[in-house]
Amino acid sequence: MEMPTPNPDVLRRKAIVLQRLLQVLPEDAVIHDPSETRVYECDALTAYKCPPMLAVLPSTTQEVSDVLRICNEEGVPVVPRGSGTSLAGGALPTADCVILGVARMNDVLETDYDNRFIRVQTGRTNLSVTGAVEEDDFFYAPDPSSQLACAIAGNIAMNSGGAHCLKYGVTTNNLLGVKMVLMDGSVAEIGGAHLDSGGLDLLGVICGSEGQLGVVTEATLRILRKPEGARPVLMGFDDNEVAGQCVSDIIKSGILPVAIEFMDTLCIKACENFAHAGYPDCTALLIVEVEGSEAEIDYQLSKIIEIAKRHNPVELRESQSAEESAKIWLGRKSAFGAMGQLNDYMCLDGTIPVSSLPEVLRRIGELSQDYGLPVGNVFHAGDGNMHPLILFDANKPGDLEKCEAFGAEILKLCVDVGGCLTGEHGVGIEKRDLMSHQYTPADLEAQMAVKDVFDPNWLLNPAKVFPLEASAGRRNAQIAAE
Amino acid sequence: MKPQTEAELAQMVAGLNEPVHIQGGGTRGVKGPGRAIETSGLSGITLYEPGALTLVAQAGTSVAEIEGALDAEGQQLAFEPMDHRGLLGSSGTPTIGGVVAANISGPRRVQAGACRDFLLGVRYVDGMGQIVNNGGRVMKNVTGYDLVKLMAGSWGALGVLTEVSLKVLPKPEASVTLSVQVPDAAAGIQALSEALKSPFEVSGAAYDPDAGQALLRLEGFEDSVAYRSDQLKSVLSGYGDVAEVTGSTNLWAGLRDVTAFHNQDGDVWRISVKPTDAPDIAARTGAERLLFDWGGGLIWALVPEGTDLRARLGALEGHATLVRAQSDTVTRLGRFHPESAGVAALTKGIRQRFDPRGVFNSGLVG
Repeated sequence: MEMPTPNPDVLRRKAIVLQRLLQVLPEDAVIHDPSETRVYECDALTAYKCPPMLAVLPSTTQEVSDVLRICNEEGVPVVPRGSGTSLAGGALPTADCVILGVARMNDVLETDYDNRFIRVQTGRTNLSVTGAVEEDDFFYAPDPSSQLACAIAGNIAMNSGGAHCLKYGVTTNNLLGVKMVLMDGSVAEIGGAHLDSGGLDLLGVICGSEGQLGVVTEATLRILRKPEGARPVLMGFDDNEVAGQCVSDIIKSGILPVAIEFMDTLCIKACENFAHAGYPDCTALLIVEVEGSEAEIDYQLSKIIEIAKRHNPVELRESQSAEESAKIWLGRKSAFGAMGQLNDYMCLDGTIPVSSLPEVLRRIGELSQDYGLPVGNVFHAGDGNMHPLILFDANKPGDLEKCEAFGAEILKLCVDVGGCLTGEHGVGIEKRDLMSHQYTPADLEAQMAVKDVFDPNWLLNPAKVFPLEASAGRRNAQIAAE
Repeated sequence: MKPQTEAELAQMVAGLNEPVHIQGGGTRGVKGPGRAIETSGLSGITLYEPGALTLVAQAGTSVAEIEGALDAEGQQLAFEPMDHRGLLGSSGTPTIGGVVAANISGPRRVQAGACRDFLLGVRYVDGMGQIVNNGGRVMKNVTGYDLVKLMAGSWGALGVLTEVSLKVLPKPEASVTLSVQVPDAAAGIQALSEALKSPFEVSGAAYDPDAGQALLRLEGFEDSVAYRSDQLKSVLSGYGDVAEVTGSTNLWAGLRDVTAFHNQDGDVWRISVKPTDAPDIAARTGAERLLFDWGGGLIWALVPEGTDLRARLGALEGHATLVRAQSDTVTRLGRFHPESAGVAALTKGIRQRFDPRGVFNSGLVG
């Protein structure tokens, strides 16, 4: 993976930058010793590593503002970091950058049930947002599998989703407002507890901008009352195509499950060994969950089961208890970890129209044969968000490159059937150079023009999202200007 | 100017040397200076996959055509777009491009989300005549910046929409509306909050102060609606007499289109606030008539012609939009709520980059 050459001028001025940062931050919030900055050398895309020049851990919006203003004046790139769980390399440093971690900002600032929102500092983890309101039977809906660790800051940057967003939407549908610091140090309040923007929907473009437009320090999030109950049903099929057709029929029936998850043989086995959820031994497994009162759940599941029976399932089993449901979900949410026990893997995230599921799964199978690398599929079938996991051996020379080439072919396939490169993980560095397959130069120009407005010097997370050659002019203009 | 294809439109825009305004059906009461670029030539549903809950249509397609196609499959636009014709006394045919450009959402917005939440992809021609594509037709997409949201509610200030992709949803099998007699507005809004805080999935929450009535809608499968209706009745019984309303389809269409203000003299404002702030803010409007939707978060206010409502409201967490007024009032007060200096600078910067020559809808938005 190519990254821009570190700016030698910035590296030379490390001591000056450090000194200026120490003037605005407490000493323990500035990390400069190479043995300590190494902690920040990668995120969850561990194939790529690069220690940053410095790392800072501000505790207030004012401190974030001071850091960004100084870095802007000094021409130092800044890579914002939530909890470092990005699977796309969104928080990968460059050798000349300052990592700005928001982990110390994790307070709940306001909880308002009458108006159904919570305002938090963005270093707070996803799960602990729900944790702050669940005693009162509320929850925050987006539920990425990394929710125990991942920060709201990163959720906003990547517009994170999760298994239950079929019903509740992704981060952008649950984000009401932000306090954001721009690269020049100015602070903007956008949105709030009210609905919709009175002008351009800047909040909409900030969410999912991968830390390239500003650093969000506070977020107003929509919280929802917990449903009375929820229950999953397991359905096993001996054919991927039939499982795909079943998904489509359920969606069309008028029932809106909260989640429809899909796993293939390799993942079923790995997850079953891990969680002992009682997954059946079959080619394709669906986990379909519905919510409501007991009677509503019974009614919806009876309709879903009726649809499933038309497709001759090899297994059809409703969860019988809360414990069983928890196990079923533990298995699914541990899929990435469970697959990691088999080998190194690369996790893809392309989304396709639901109608293309059988075709894409078949093609992935063929490519797997061609490349000689096994693939497990586990994904959010209801919304077509695939997660092919390509297994490879990082210690075997050439395997990573082979895996990347295979992954690129799968993602191009997703685009070619009418889908996209990434449904919830983000572009980061991982899919950066594939952007040209989905977007024309004019499409990319329009996106980069937005960054020009928020960060004219292209210092925030600069080498991400856009193909390096597409953003070169803008990034180099900043370096030449120094 | 009425281009028949996207390519023709792009060429037309590239050759512009004067400001124009963009017109879908012309029903939303916004008309910028200069000649019109009409989108009605760009019409037709290009893709509809009921099993994937997805519909793609050219921007000039009429809302009626889209709703007709969805209806045939038992589906709908869940964000329930308002029809402005009655309120504004306008004529013409509302288009899907207009709905998106104005981010028009009705009562179900409080539960299901706004138009922008259902918008999966856009194609548009920017101010330089370039064709731009963003998003797509899949439910989850974080590939690059989300210009889809930016285009929704941009009122034609950033480009001419040529095609939109939308997520659609099944029509509910049944619908029940409960009314609660609550004469006091603050208590009425509190009743709406109580209902929205319940687990019973309220899909409409309005308060009509003239009738002293809180209105709650429940939708879904018949048995489920019956069950939730019973539960909600007991949740709300402390606020006043609860009754089931018959003929509620027209009722919600009426709330959506604000029929209470049709053919009434005066200016119409639309104010978006935190719901529990609504009673105080509504009192400050001094309005002749008021209507609350979105659990109180949306206030419709009818005030005497020329009233500077924003001056009456003072500092506001939220925004007030002038929806209907004489053009000199619109010019004097501005249609959209003034933004903070920082946000205004960002808005201006984006407009300049999307439309450097300032040919589109000047004077609208920012």
